[in-house]
Amino acid sequence: MKEMEWEVVIGLEIHAQLATRSKIFSGASTAYGAAPNTQACAIDLGLPGVLPVLNREAVRMAIKLGLAIEATIARRSIFARKNYFYPDLPKGYQISQYELPVVEKGRLRILVGDGERIIGVTRAHLEEDAGKSLHEDFHGLTGIDLNRAGTPLLEIVSEPDMRSAAEAVAYMKKLHALVRYLEICDGNMQEGSFRCDANVSVRPKGETSLGTRTETKNLNSFRFVEKAINYEIERQIDLLESGGTVAQETRLYDSNKNETRPMRSKEEANDYRYFPDPDLLPLEIDESLIEEVRRELPELPDEKSARFQSQYGLSDYDAATLTDSRELADFFEATVTAAGAEPKLCANWVMGDLAAALNRFGLTIDQSPLNAEHLGGLLTRIEDNTISGKIAKQVFNLMWDKRRPADEVIERQGLKQITDSAAIEKIIDEVVANNPAQLEQYCSGKEKLFGFFVGQVMRATQGKANPQEVNKLLKQKLTR
Amino acid sequence: MHNKTITELSAGLQAREYSSLELTELFLSRIRRHSKQLNCFVTVTEERALADAKVADAARSKGRAGPLTGIPLAHKDIFCTKGVKTSCGSKILDNFVAPYDATVADRCRAAGMVLLGKLNMDEFAMGSSNETSYYGPVRNPWDADSVPGGSSGGSAAAVAARLTPAATGTDTGGSIRQPASFCGITGLKPTYGRVSRYGMIAFASSLDQGGPMARTAEDAALVMQAMAGFDEKDSTSVDRSVPDYRAELNNSIDGLKIGVPKEFFEEGLNEDIAALIESAIDQYRRLGAQVKPISLPNMKLSVPAYYVVAPAECSANLSRYDGVRYGYRCEVPKDLADLYSRSRGEGFGAEVKRRILIGTYALSAGYYDTYYLKAQKVRHLISDDFKNAFEQVDVLVGPTAPSTAFGLGEKTDDPIAMYLSDIFTIGANLAGVPAISIPVGFVGDKPVGMQLIGNYFAEERLLNWAHRYQQATDWHTRMPEGFE
Amino acid sequence: MSLSDAEVRKIAWLARIEINGDDIAAYARDLSGILDLIEQMNEADTSDVTPMAHPLAQAQRLRPDIVTEEDQRELFQSLAPQVESGLYLVPKVIE
Repeated sequence: MKEMEWEVVIGLEIHAQLATRSKIFSGASTAYGAAPNTQACAIDLGLPGVLPVLNREAVRMAIKLGLAIEATIARRSIFARKNYFYPDLPKGYQISQYELPVVEKGRLRILVGDGERIIGVTRAHLEEDAGKSLHEDFHGLTGIDLNRAGTPLLEIVSEPDMRSAAEAVAYMKKLHALVRYLEICDGNMQEGSFRCDANVSVRPKGETSLGTRTETKNLNSFRFVEKAINYEIERQIDLLESGGTVAQETRLYDSNKNETRPMRSKEEANDYRYFPDPDLLPLEIDESLIEEVRRELPELPDEKSARFQSQYGLSDYDAATLTDSRELADFFEATVTAAGAEPKLCANWVMGDLAAALNRFGLTIDQSPLNAEHLGGLLTRIEDNTISGKIAKQVFNLMWDKRRPADEVIERQGLKQITDSAAIEKIIDEVVANNPAQLEQYCSGKEKLFGFFVGQVMRATQGKANPQEVNKLLKQKLTR
Repeated sequence: MHNKTITELSAGLQAREYSSLELTELFLSRIRRHSKQLNCFVTVTEERALADAKVADAARSKGRAGPLTGIPLAHKDIFCTKGVKTSCGSKILDNFVAPYDATVADRCRAAGMVLLGKLNMDEFAMGSSNETSYYGPVRNPWDADSVPGGSSGGSAAAVAARLTPAATGTDTGGSIRQPASFCGITGLKPTYGRVSRYGMIAFASSLDQGGPMARTAEDAALVMQAMAGFDEKDSTSVDRSVPDYRAELNNSIDGLKIGVPKEFFEEGLNEDIAALIESAIDQYRRLGAQVKPISLPNMKLSVPAYYVVAPAECSANLSRYDGVRYGYRCEVPKDLADLYSRSRGEGFGAEVKRRILIGTYALSAGYYDTYYLKAQKVRHLISDDFKNAFEQVDVLVGPTAPSTAFGLGEKTDDPIAMYLSDIFTIGANLAGVPAISIPVGFVGDKPVGMQLIGNYFAEERLLNWAHRYQQATDWHTRMPEGFE
Repeated sequence: MSLSDAEVRKIAWLARIEINGDDIAAYARDLSGILDLIEQMNEADTSDVTPMAHPLAQAQRLRPDIVTEEDQRELFQSLAPQVESGLYLVPKVIE
């Protein structure tokens, strides 16, 4: 029997904690890491009689994202109550947006392999985060910390437009970059500032209706998203191929076992009884607020990428890679300015040696021991032939280790390139004189030996001779 | 002295005829003497009252006294008062000592008022007789076997019995006006958004509104002056300047256009009450008002719509009482579900449970459109009725309630009959317009209230109209026997 | 509209309110009566009416993003049935 071909359908729901100072409906601090319940005020605790008042900055941040993904900003949106009982949800309902969200119908461009894809964003809505349940043992009880309760969230819901885990990760990374460009979310996935739920289903290739989906919750790293989705895909295909059916359910990813399992607390069907929150009037956003926010938008990744291509002559891929994060893009541009060198050379170094070194030490670009000026200084010396590209790698490593500028390293280690043609000629003369046999073979037509002579000259100079100069002079010498 | 109005007491304080401390001690002793039989106080804050009075006297001696400085007051136990038990009439909050003041409590204190205590009420303001309170029913000062009305029954009884010069109340479907009517006092439900709801324990957020309960419109105006105004802590508070209510009290009402909705006089209204309302309307005619019949065609839909909107909102508002962070927790919960279900099952009384269940049902999957959305549409119709009416007239008048105070226990087994006792008051809540109830006579020995409903933010005019009536009549001066 | 005992149980579970078995029938009767009252709404033709969620026809006011609240954990937790190490305690939560 011919094996069935399956198509994977993925939609992501991403919760981005907005980087406001205070909570979405109260004046309590949102700072991470405080002692339990010290940042849970009367409103966050749902004490009797208290009332929510919406944080302006949270609204502006939602508008920012909406503009950045070319979405519609709702002139009027509604806060609703989503009713369910859970100890980390103090009021017994979550204030969220349901029927009329603040942002609708956006799109995001991703690059996967060589191809470009547009992923639809169905909606983004404002809501409050819940607290945390701590399961360490308190004599068999669970501890509740409500510091996180009321932290503003923007829930960004994609269309089911992704067809592989790789696409899902690319989309998530793109969105992650975007919220950080916009400075609306710190993107810290370990602290839960940027979380992802993945809706995954499979269907026979060619089928147009969707298969039954599962929702896998709380994926807090790109790697886990990829692994959990791939696990789900495999699990669902195995199920269907063995004649079973996929149950529509909420699952939890266990990173230790690399598997997903059904969430027990979500087993029963929910009936959230959404209705408009009578404590909050409709959120109205006028044109002037939108324009005000629009003027504050930074250059966005796609715009920056296009500019990098036209201004610096970079390829689509290079430009996209360098604009992955605002910090990386800024680093690149600062390097170009500092080096006064060919942008392509700068791009290669930033994406190549620098990225590799950072990766090796598990550092991010803003933790780099070499700043853009240092790297620029190194590239200046390549450009002005003070050192060769090969020596430059050596210099780079020394700069990294010793945290010293390029010129100092070159000077101390005597790595300056020999460009003085008289000096190089002198060395060439010695090499030629010391290898009469090879000279004779070369002269009798074995031109391959030219490389041998170059190698000998470079060896004699410990690689410091300018290769172009060596080539030129050697050619002159040997043809004589 | 206990029979003096706030205006009179204020003058006496200013003339140094007595101190606030003396005044406070007098009311505290009256409370000690009478409150047990009426059961109108949940908490008497004697120490706090004496301290407040001393502060008020000190302020006065420094020349810093306003019209309410040193005047005693009691709050409905729905307003959070810092450091004082705030029960909302419920077992589930029996142990709740509020860690903050409601804005209303804060403002009354800032105006120099003295807190005598917290008043009994229907549990979570759900009731029309004060019989759903965890602390037992309040008795009507006019007839110990009758209810005082509800939900602000403790407030109405305490004011009528002269145990406090004034009280605060809240009105979600008539909870200020109906008990004011049953106890022969004056009660104002302001426009939705006029008085801050912050710290006022929510029943139905789009309907709840706090207001003053006093013996006269003038006293109500004084207390309203302290209560009203914009509050940035309440998103539904309206940012609009507060008029000087007392300054408008004596305006002429010559040419006032009164509308009398015919629906108020249809089936179910006691004839004697109808006659009293007619004669009160005649009084207005004598004061220069023009009277015309008018219609609120959707009024009969107000009770049905209300019993969707209010329970739906309360079903969510009361979810926070879960035995986790404060309030009643059941003994030895066997798991989380048990903790919730038993804490709430044991902590709430029957009426509160009924309303939570109805609201839960009305919002549940498959029923939202049939019930909740439909009720919102009917609410629009009812609101439009008022809009249309106020294009023709300045004020609508009619009975506050279809009957006088009914007997204790008379309607406790029949929720529907209880609900229908709010038929005349609910409309104003659904529309959000202000309304006042004033005493206009007696049927037998029980007082009858007349309701005046005004357009949005017409409180100063309602108080003016009520005051002019009270200048011409003396129903508001009657005192129940046994409380002299 | 008449609610069955099973429906009452289901609603009571959604609302997390325990109702003793003996009382279910009484609740079913009362709630059914209330629903009958409510259904009088159906007399009204609302086909062209927009829903009204709120009496105020105005927009949500926005608050500046300023931290105004101080830590009051001690005061708030003095009201709590069970706390330890600054945490509210509940029976074990199963995810």
